[in-house]
Amino acid sequence: MSTNNKKAWLYLLPALLFLIFFMVYPLIDVIIYSVEEGYNFASQTYFGVGTYNFSYVLHDPYFLQAVKNTFILVIITVPVSTGLALLISVGLSSIRPLRELYQTIYFLPYVTNTLAVGLVFMILFQRTEYTDGMVNLLINWFGGESVDFIDGPYWAKMFVLCFYTVWVVMPFKILVLTSALASVNQDYYKAARVDGTPRLRVFAKITLPMISPMLFYLVITGFIGAFKAYSDAVALFGTDLNAAGMNTIVGYVYDMLYGDSGGYPSYASAAAVILFVIVLTITCVNLLVSRKKVRY
Amino acid sequence: MKIVLQNLTKKFPGRGKKAQGEVTAVNDLSFEIADGELLALLGPSGCGKSTTLNLICGLEKPTAGHIFFGDRDITVLSPELRGVGMVFQNYALYPHLTVRENIVFPLENRKGKDKLSREEMNAKAQETARLVQIEELMDRKPGELSGGQQQRVAIARALVKMPGVLLLDEPLSNLDARLRLKTREEIRRIQKQTGITTVFVTHDQDEAMSISDRIAVMRDGVLMQLGKPQEVYDNPESLFVAKFLGTPPINVFEGQVRGERLYIGDEAVLEAGGVPDQPVWVGIRPEGFLPQEDGPLSCALGRVEVLGRDISILSSHPACTGQTLRSIISAETRVDASAAQVHFALKPGKVFLFHHETEERIPCVLG
Repeated sequence: MSTNNKKAWLYLLPALLFLIFFMVYPLIDVIIYSVEEGYNFASQTYFGVGTYNFSYVLHDPYFLQAVKNTFILVIITVPVSTGLALLISVGLSSIRPLRELYQTIYFLPYVTNTLAVGLVFMILFQRTEYTDGMVNLLINWFGGESVDFIDGPYWAKMFVLCFYTVWVVMPFKILVLTSALASVNQDYYKAARVDGTPRLRVFAKITLPMISPMLFYLVITGFIGAFKAYSDAVALFGTDLNAAGMNTIVGYVYDMLYGDSGGYPSYASAAAVILFVIVLTITCVNLLVSRKKVRY
Repeated sequence: MKIVLQNLTKKFPGRGKKAQGEVTAVNDLSFEIADGELLALLGPSGCGKSTTLNLICGLEKPTAGHIFFGDRDITVLSPELRGVGMVFQNYALYPHLTVRENIVFPLENRKGKDKLSREEMNAKAQETARLVQIEELMDRKPGELSGGQQQRVAIARALVKMPGVLLLDEPLSNLDARLRLKTREEIRRIQKQTGITTVFVTHDQDEAMSISDRIAVMRDGVLMQLGKPQEVYDNPESLFVAKFLGTPPINVFEGQVRGERLYIGDEAVLEAGGVPDQPVWVGIRPEGFLPQEDGPLSCALGRVEVLGRDISILSSHPACTGQTLRSIISAETRVDASAAQVHFALKPGKVFLFHHETEERIPCVLG
């Protein structure tokens, strides 16, 4: 038994080493940085230990803006993208002709280069000297006023960011949900048909519970992914997100480390720890809710 | 409710890239199922028995032909309007609902004037649960039940809406041997108690013979024979039916009728009055052999198996189509297991002649 144990540890060693060096050690380090006040990176010195870093970050208007942006992004994009993906997957699994074609089309964003996606969104939303962008053309055609989506009002920019995020995360969700739907045993639907179950009831009472584990997985990863959003905002609004008022929490952490206002690893660490606590809380809430609703 | 199938045909479009070649699952099927009868659709896999069940249920629409429930033509009616209850092979119980929720599920679908109050639904569920004896399991989930219990829940769910017709697709195939015996008695009891017209599909002839009023033997979408189990066993109309029914299976020999006598090999075994000279298939049930010193059929003795109630003799004969021929004789008979040869006389009622090409039964009196 003990030799077996030793062997097991030996086999686990490579993976454990990697995890310790690249996951556990940095995690502990971040927590240490976050409580060291006035830490200077060059001289490796600090004044003392305390909660000042957290207090600073929580009173920084840029951070509060970033938190607000991130929460709006999460609250809008997670339900919208999951709901839309569910709708599309149900549609995909109930049509026969051209199903493969549609599946390919819906999956394209997943394999498309981020820069190409950015280009597409520029054509859609950006105002240039020659055109106001395709979406504005549409708005004008319906008799509305042009809106500057990139440098304009806050809601317009938030709309573009949410739209972009939903569009980017949806293909994977559709992929997961279509396979989940396909794995539901057809006999359940036959049994429901023999009993004359209305379609909506079939969906609510049979389909949804059957795919609930997958749905739940998508919601959890969706929350975590949206809380970590950063590159999407950069792709749309450039690197100076604070000036654009579109910064996210991860963006704030990055700016504190390397941005124009950079060089504050303590503040960055404090912000990162706050993000960690938020994500942990939300995930725990999700798990508690799922225990009642999800059938494994 | 009486069920009438009239020239029922179901063709499926061919599968694969070229989508060519239709598959005819059910071919011009016509028969009647009497009110309150338990009928077994019996046949090897792919014979169209499940498709027939789906056609009666309404999950499939026939390519041609009609189905009547009583006097009502329900050929194009969708399943929920037919008043049928269906039990699926894998039971299809909703795993996230409790037994009670599963049973009331069909009732909750009702709308308008048929709508029931919650109390009425629960009362009906309770009543049905009592019928199939699962009252104490009502608050469990299907995953916590044994196969036999799940089967009962599935039957309860099918019965709760008081259907005119109950359909069972391979109801016993997912159960172990011991439970299978018990459950088939149970199905018979429930069917008798409710008097509901029941059709069940099976590939197991034991199952079909033991509980059904009549059995319909199918092959390649065609009805081969329909009748009471004993009748079909005693009077098979074709070699296929003779081979399909009975355990151990019937022994088939190549034979000849010459001068109104039946020959197996060179031995004249029986008189075959009125049959013209021709090559034939001879089917002999295992219980049709009588060991006799001067019996006309001599076989090379292989092995004697003593089973207590009876003895089975395994031997071989050059004209037999199977490797060994198995005969079952009463345990009182003494058989010399060390002998090289065993001689049999044949019981004429257990011997059937079949046409060599068409494999249809040759009507004749053997003696």
